[in-house]
Amino acid sequence: MISKEIPASLTTKQILELYHQMWLIRYFDEKVDEFFARGAIHGTTHLCVGQEATAAGACFVLAEEDKITSTHRGHGHCIAKGADVNRMMAELFAKETGYCKGKGGSMHIADVDRGNLGANGIVGGGIPIAVGAALTSKMKDLGYAVLCFFGDGAANEGSFHEALNLASIWKLPVVFFCENNQYGMSGPVKEMVNIENIGDRASSYGIPGRIIEGNDLFAVMEATGEAVERAKAGEGPTLIEAKTYRWKGHSKSDAKKYRTKEEEQYWRKEKDPIALLAVRIINDELATNDELEALQLQAKKQIEDAVEFAEKSPAPSLATLELDVYA
Amino acid sequence: MNTKDMTYSEAIRDAISLKMRTDEDVFMLGEDIGVYGGAFGVSRGLIEEFGPERIRNTPISESGIAGAAVGAALTGMRPILELQFSDFITIATDQIINQAAKIRYMYGGKGKVPMVLRTPGGSGTGAAAQHSQSLEAWMAHIPGLKVVQPSSAYDAKGLLISAIEDDNPVIFYEHKLLYGMKEPVPEDLYRIPLGKAVIKKEGTDVTVIATSVMVHKALEAAKLLEAEGIEVEVLDPRTLVPLDEASIIASVSKTGRVVIVHEAVKRAGFGAEIASVIVESDAFDFLDAPIERLGGKAVPIPYNPELEKHAVPQVSDIVEAVKRTLQRGKEV
Ligand SMILES: Cc1ncc(C[n+]2csc(CCOP(=O)(O)OP(=O)(O)O)c2C)c(N)n1
Ligand SMILES: [Mg+2]
Repeated sequence: MISKEIPASLTTKQILELYHQMWLIRYFDEKVDEFFARGAIHGTTHLCVGQEATAAGACFVLAEEDKITSTHRGHGHCIAKGADVNRMMAELFAKETGYCKGKGGSMHIADVDRGNLGANGIVGGGIPIAVGAALTSKMKDLGYAVLCFFGDGAANEGSFHEALNLASIWKLPVVFFCENNQYGMSGPVKEMVNIENIGDRASSYGIPGRIIEGNDLFAVMEATGEAVERAKAGEGPTLIEAKTYRWKGHSKSDAKKYRTKEEEQYWRKEKDPIALLAVRIINDELATNDELEALQLQAKKQIEDAVEFAEKSPAPSLATLELDVYA
Repeated sequence: MNTKDMTYSEAIRDAISLKMRTDEDVFMLGEDIGVYGGAFGVSRGLIEEFGPERIRNTPISESGIAGAAVGAALTGMRPILELQFSDFITIATDQIINQAAKIRYMYGGKGKVPMVLRTPGGSGTGAAAQHSQSLEAWMAHIPGLKVVQPSSAYDAKGLLISAIEDDNPVIFYEHKLLYGMKEPVPEDLYRIPLGKAVIKKEGTDVTVIATSVMVHKALEAAKLLEAEGIEVEVLDPRTLVPLDEASIIASVSKTGRVVIVHEAVKRAGFGAEIASVIVESDAFDFLDAPIERLGGKAVPIPYNPELEKHAVPQVSDIVEAVKRTLQRGKEV
């Protein structure tokens, strides 16, 4: 597979920043994986390795004031929306310097100031929240759009149906972005949905639906860019389905009995979103292999620094236990 | 009866298999209960034995699958619904509370809903606020539901068999921290009736009434106190609805002092119900000290392991509460 042509509007600098960001996402989750395997972090986590293009591409087209709602598999969304990897890592290490002061962990990282309304431990829980955030934008005429990430599995929750209908009848500035990574925890989308594409459901809400190659950064940017424009022009929501694949198991313990090694290899070898981008960059002569490698190493170093920051940070004091229950 | 060392999780699986082998109407539905074996591995191996028709791996649709269980139960099946975390009951509550619990009564005694909703509650795994709650008091509040909270492998198997055979909707709360706990369990089918408490340890000085994982903390506390010459009786109600009031009253009448401990938030927790059962009964006359009630702090469960631990009662809290109640008894 090869990626789409690079849109003319993008500068080389932007493209290289995206390349760097995708490595940052990958190294973040690789590192988290390593710490979980060693038992150095407790709780659970859901990694988005292999899905970097959806997070990076979709968030790239957003303006700073635009908002996102994220999922349990949300580290990539968070980084792409501009979060500080130090504070993210610190949260995973349950430290006071973390985004949630150590109270939330992997499934609840939020960066409300930067428009990340939060990851979510409840599958489908974020979809109606995105609708509400878009409602504020409309009622107060704030002009921002909301990008709502959710999985193929979440599309089978009642909240999906109710949220899409609401957004449609109220013509809200929201983009429903389904990251179809082929499985829920183990349930294959082919057995859990009786149609070929989740994106086809758009027609039942009277909204446009797009079905795209989720590992092609430029396909993601193009579809999301159009949908955000439409949302901001007051034309209502869009449903985008991006086909992708999670390389790792569902969460920290997963024997992956529900899929084959061949399938995993296919996605890794043929559709690695970072490799696809690298090929495009080299083909178009936007950078050399050495320059790309330097960006990759830079990302790796940032994650190592984030770990150091997290490890050196203090734990929250017991006095914080009963703080922040109410505003 | 032959016994075998079984974990809590194996004992639950054994109860399901035994019932499924002998009763065609019993089937299971839930998310990732097929080859994945369920979020906590309880259904591991079941799809291999019973096939995908009877071990139904569902989409992520808690409201839909809860309703499907209700409808199937109403028309002659005996579904066992697994929800991966008890927190997700929130999504299924219309079907459980407005439908399952009330159907028989609303229909004037016609129809019945013989279903079991199995689901793990509790904190202690670092899963944070949306995956660690103990919401059993909600369910106990609803007329028409039965509520079970086994604290051991032996109890889990016997209670689950009774729950499956019961003609009413039963909410069966497992605990994540108990899944790995082992003890000898009879291999054959046996029943523990719903509504029968058990004395986990006999004692004469104080009754500690504990549920689920707190039973083990109470037993640990009892051991520490024994070294100081304090004889604690540990009573596990095992089922909240129906509640074995007689056993509670008998134990309290004997010891005259009570500590009630559960993991769920103390405020409006089930401990308040137990305390009130005691003071409204003849056991009131035997009380030598005010009742001590322990429960979780009124906070969502935090992620940080130290904060998480301090959000719910610990062994030392039980030890202190027992000593307080003994002290206050002396002042009287
Ligand atoms: C309401 C609810 N049901 C079930 C779960 C358990 N669970 C967590 S993630 C997950 C799979 C979600 O699949 P999908 O939406 O496709 O997202 P993916 O994990 O593939 O990114 C499940 C079943 C949950 N967290 N919340
Ligand atoms: Mg998925």
